[in-house]
Amino acid sequence: MAALIVISIGVLFNLFGCIGLLRLPDVYNRLQAATKCVTLGCCSILLGVLIHFGITDAGIKALIAIPLLFFSATVAAHALVRGTYHFGVKMSDKSVKDDYKEAVK
Amino acid sequence: MNTWLEILLYIQIALSGLCLFRIIKGPTIPDRMVAIDIFGILVVGICAIISVQTGKTFILDIGIAWIILSFIGTLTLAKYLSGKKLNQ
Amino acid sequence: MKYVAFFILGLAFWLLITFRITVPNVIAGSAASLICTLIFARYYFSSVGKLVDPRRWFWFLVYLFVFIWSCIKANFDVAYRVLHPKMPIKPGIVKIKTVLKSEFAKMLLANSITMTPGTLTVDIIGDDLYIHWIYIRSQDPEVYTKMITGAFERYIKKFVE
Repeated sequence: MAALIVISIGVLFNLFGCIGLLRLPDVYNRLQAATKCVTLGCCSILLGVLIHFGITDAGIKALIAIPLLFFSATVAAHALVRGTYHFGVKMSDKSVKDDYKEAVK
Repeated sequence: MNTWLEILLYIQIALSGLCLFRIIKGPTIPDRMVAIDIFGILVVGICAIISVQTGKTFILDIGIAWIILSFIGTLTLAKYLSGKKLNQ
Repeated sequence: MKYVAFFILGLAFWLLITFRITVPNVIAGSAASLICTLIFARYYFSSVGKLVDPRRWFWFLVYLFVFIWSCIKANFDVAYRVLHPKMPIKPGIVKIKTVLKSEFAKMLLANSITMTPGTLTVDIIGDDLYIHWIYIRSQDPEVYTKMITGAFERYIKKFVE
């Protein structure tokens, strides 16, 4: 039962992330919202798998997948946002500040 | 319990469908790549839910392999975006 | 010495992920982690003494707790901004300075900043971190540096350096 609740919370976070992916105005905000919500949502689902199976081989596999997912998702987000900036996509009209412009030149 | 898990599985698959919508529509190339990255993470969640629902544990192995492959794919796409060769 | 530490960690990872202690399994794991050690071990672990220090593990656990708490806060923050009909966002890229020196510590700090409310690391050049912030709360460098790095820098300094 506890496993089911944790998995449901994870799917709810995924839903927020995907709504953010559709609604927000530019690439940077979309990447930010989606990466955070979807990463924590999938970690929550894996935690539910760990609770469901207990300390067996499957549970340990889910436990190993959690830090792996965290590091790979965050590093992929850094690489994507840096590549996007160098690709030349402008930030949306609502932006108020850009310190990175001088560093790139 | 099993019906509720099945509903959650369908919700998760529908969320991947939303990512596909962004991949098709996205006005610029980086938009599509962000959606591909998020799609890869969502598939790991689908694998985990299927492994709980059917009780087959080897699907978690597929999930771990998918994390690593999606990570390498995203890094390659990001390298392509910043306009460099792969060994730089 | 660091080759031995890397070999033991690799073997432990193999045994955890297969979860079966039989003789063929241990032999295969030893062979795989030996190959990994010969290729990759020179890039890791500048000193092994840090790895077995219990005080550093204590600070690591404190850091982990703070990190998970701020992750959960970040999710509710994102949910609020996404579900609000007017979307209260004011994005921009700010530059902050860090006092951390080693590469590993900077990597950990960048990862923690990415998972905390409303911030995303764009690039690291020398000692400067460029942060994309979804809602810029202040214009003063002193104030926002403290607001973004916050507790993480202190704890990472304690258990890495």
